[in-house]
Amino acid sequence: MSTLPLLNERSSQIHRKGTAPFELECNKDSLAGAVSQRACVFCGSRVVLYPIADALHLVHGPIGCAVYTWDIRGALSSGPELHRLSFSTDLQELDVVFGGEKKLEKALNELIPLHKPKAAFVYSTCIVGLIGDDLEAVCKKVGAVHGIPVLPVQSNGLKGNKRAGYEAACDAMARLVGTGDITGISKHSINILGDFNLAGEIWLIREYFERMGIEVVANITGDGRVDDIRRCHGAALNVVQCSGATMDLANRMQKRYGIPSVRVSYFGVEDMAEALYTVGRHFGDQEMLEKARQIVKKELVTLLPELAKYKKALSGKKAAIYVGGAFKAFSLVKAFRLIGMDVVMVGSQTGTKEDYLELEQITDPGTIIVDDSNPLELSAFLREKDVDLFVGGVKERPIAYKLGVAFCDHNHERKEMLAGFQGMLNFAREVYGSVMSPVWKFVPRRLPLQDQDGTEVASEQ
Amino acid sequence: MSKMPSYTSTTNACKLCKPLGASIAFRGIEGCVPFLHGSQGCATYMRRYIISHFNEPIDIASSSLGEKNAIYGGGPNLKLGLKNVTSKYAPQLIGVATTCLTETIGDDVPMLLAEYRNEFGGSEMPLLVHVSTPSYSGTHMEGFHAAVKAVVEQLASDTIANGSINLLSGFISPADIRYLRGVCDDFGMATTILPDYSDTLDGPAENDYPLIPAGGTPLHAIKQMGGARATIELGATLPAESGGTVLLHRHATPLHRTGLPIGIRATDAFFALLSELSGRAVPAPHAAARGRLIDSMVDGHKYIFGKRAVIYGEEDLVVGLVSFLAEIGVQPVLCASGGKSGRFADAITAALAGLDCELPIVREDVDFFDIETLALELGIDLVIGHSKGYTFARKENLPLIRVGFPIHDRVGGQRILHLGYHGAQALFDLITNTVIDRKQSESPVGYSYM
Ligand code: SF4
Repeated sequence: MSTLPLLNERSSQIHRKGTAPFELECNKDSLAGAVSQRACVFCGSRVVLYPIADALHLVHGPIGCAVYTWDIRGALSSGPELHRLSFSTDLQELDVVFGGEKKLEKALNELIPLHKPKAAFVYSTCIVGLIGDDLEAVCKKVGAVHGIPVLPVQSNGLKGNKRAGYEAACDAMARLVGTGDITGISKHSINILGDFNLAGEIWLIREYFERMGIEVVANITGDGRVDDIRRCHGAALNVVQCSGATMDLANRMQKRYGIPSVRVSYFGVEDMAEALYTVGRHFGDQEMLEKARQIVKKELVTLLPELAKYKKALSGKKAAIYVGGAFKAFSLVKAFRLIGMDVVMVGSQTGTKEDYLELEQITDPGTIIVDDSNPLELSAFLREKDVDLFVGGVKERPIAYKLGVAFCDHNHERKEMLAGFQGMLNFAREVYGSVMSPVWKFVPRRLPLQDQDGTEVASEQ
Repeated sequence: MSKMPSYTSTTNACKLCKPLGASIAFRGIEGCVPFLHGSQGCATYMRRYIISHFNEPIDIASSSLGEKNAIYGGGPNLKLGLKNVTSKYAPQLIGVATTCLTETIGDDVPMLLAEYRNEFGGSEMPLLVHVSTPSYSGTHMEGFHAAVKAVVEQLASDTIANGSINLLSGFISPADIRYLRGVCDDFGMATTILPDYSDTLDGPAENDYPLIPAGGTPLHAIKQMGGARATIELGATLPAESGGTVLLHRHATPLHRTGLPIGIRATDAFFALLSELSGRAVPAPHAAARGRLIDSMVDGHKYIFGKRAVIYGEEDLVVGLVSFLAEIGVQPVLCASGGKSGRFADAITAALAGLDCELPIVREDVDFFDIETLALELGIDLVIGHSKGYTFARKENLPLIRVGFPIHDRVGGQRILHLGYHGAQALFDLITNTVIDRKQSESPVGYSYM
């Protein structure tokens, strides 16, 4: 039962599996006044490019956009940490009136010698689009002076939603690709796209591939380096994770350099194993495939008995998922199945038609599927389905907690490694620790009936 | 002071944007939904930022402007957004703040709201308050004060004397607001605290997601603020025009401006003012708390005397903290803020008057790059401010004492008490124990007595 009014305009973006033929609208602009959980174009670009650790990331705009994204992601670097600083041109009223190009140029001319980055990304914000600063021209000029690539990121917030930001980021990276020396790259080589090295995940993934005898040319972008990206067109294959963020770059590289790409996910046992096999199969190398099987086997021998313990406790518990990209949701649905939990709601900020179609196929009847949701809807769904656990990002956390529902962070801010086999165990552990905490016995949702003076009249179990 | 390089750009800002301050102020009013007239991204970013400090939901609506709106004006989306918020949240008030975007395209929000009222007026219509908060000028503090002023300007009308006190308490923590309410109660004064997000941003666990969290300054009380006996406005660097001056000029409500009551002397002054306004002596529990505070300061003074601290954050908070630090013998060597009221340095000097405390270096309009550069030259033992100083404190292996907003790397940011004798006690214990802990953990042998 849903107690909260849902906006009529939103009904086409909510589907209950089994109630009607599947049809879900998506990729629409967020409805005014609906308190969407979505961020913006700028945010999309920032997410993708952020982990490139030896680049300068300068936000051209008023202070807010830069400040709200300062060191916000859990993207680790094995070396330089320039990406963790927050640079902004901090536009002021006069800049808005007279244009910010001069200020931008001056800022770059100061920051580049000071921090000696390998490249600079200059992000446009909504207001820059309005005042019409020519980012392209300024970047070109400054780049020539300092002899490093200075790349405009056309992430003006008005251009659309987060997906447009992914494209802007790929656009900027595409200018780097092809500018480095590719001699000596192995024929069994890949680029890892779409992993952001949260909590060090990409190190684990790289290691799996390296154990298979594969050379990883560039991490795009987790623990990323400018020079690697410049030569990543020398790789034989692009291995792309996540539905949206870096697919565009892979497509461009396919067109420009004929590099094929495969889509994978590193979340959950099945998807992780499949990722290794997919790459092995691509190279058609039996030895490599055998190594992949060995890796999977070795990991599963230790992992499965551990998982069994958690599964026992968690079987039949109900989970809800609301994440940025839908691709992550697929893996989560499977991962929950592996630990015995039922997914009763799943949604994303930026899923495509195909994404939702796939979700419809892999979920159980009755599951709520939702696009671009908001706090009131999400809380109504959590209550309607009486879930035990909600998976989302920081903005979703207080919704769950306020209602007395356990929560796991599966977003760019998280500090726990959730990818790979080890990650699956971490995930199970975290789910277990969240769902089984005694705290839920005390929240109003689970409290036994109380009489007026607050003393218990009946106790649960 | 040696060459302090001045950069065109900002590195690790020590301020936030104006609409964020306005959103928090609006959240402290009963039945109010904050609404940003701008693109979707800002509202989401600010929500995320605020959530990470308060660990509470905060719904900030947005007119979600896209490219077309930027060219043809954001009016239609603003109206649609207001309509949707009204039908979904049934708010009593919508607080509309502009952003860099809508200021630049030049949307005339007051006019649009007037049109909206004409089109949709009726008994269901919530009140609408608007405030101009272009993010390319000023900081979140200015946005906060501007929103408070807008609320008073646009809602306070009743000038029938009602004997109550208006307390415009500034950007303090929910724990601080709760404390102030208790103090005013103890003085037996009917008080309207504006804004009051002590419940709306620090509420209990619930069984349902509240459409709008309970609490906030009651609207009927705001309407009657013009009839109050006096207004107290807290803050040492307040803008010339504020909620307090509006009440003074329009409703002839006497205005008392005083700094945030942080530390002994500032709290003494605040309590003296309350005594004067209420005609009562300082209530016994508070007098006792003051006594215990002094007693504890005697117990702990040795451990902290002469420690050198950098303090940063909102100007008003820094002024309050500096005064308190000087009282306990900690030497503030650098006071820094991203704000630039132009009143910061004078306020610091005034706050230190009468104590043997060397004047610290005071810098407004700085970022953490500046703070770090300066602090290293000056040599410091303690970093005091919000979580964003962590990067620097970690790098230099200095203890960070977390106060103010935002606290993103600890639980309980909303429960930090800064004000009054109780707040001073909490801060004193925290600072002293931090210093002791450092010494203890750096000792090669360890010890279990101080
Ligand atoms: S776009 Fe403007 S209002 Fe929005 S977050 Fe950025 S600076 Fe703040």
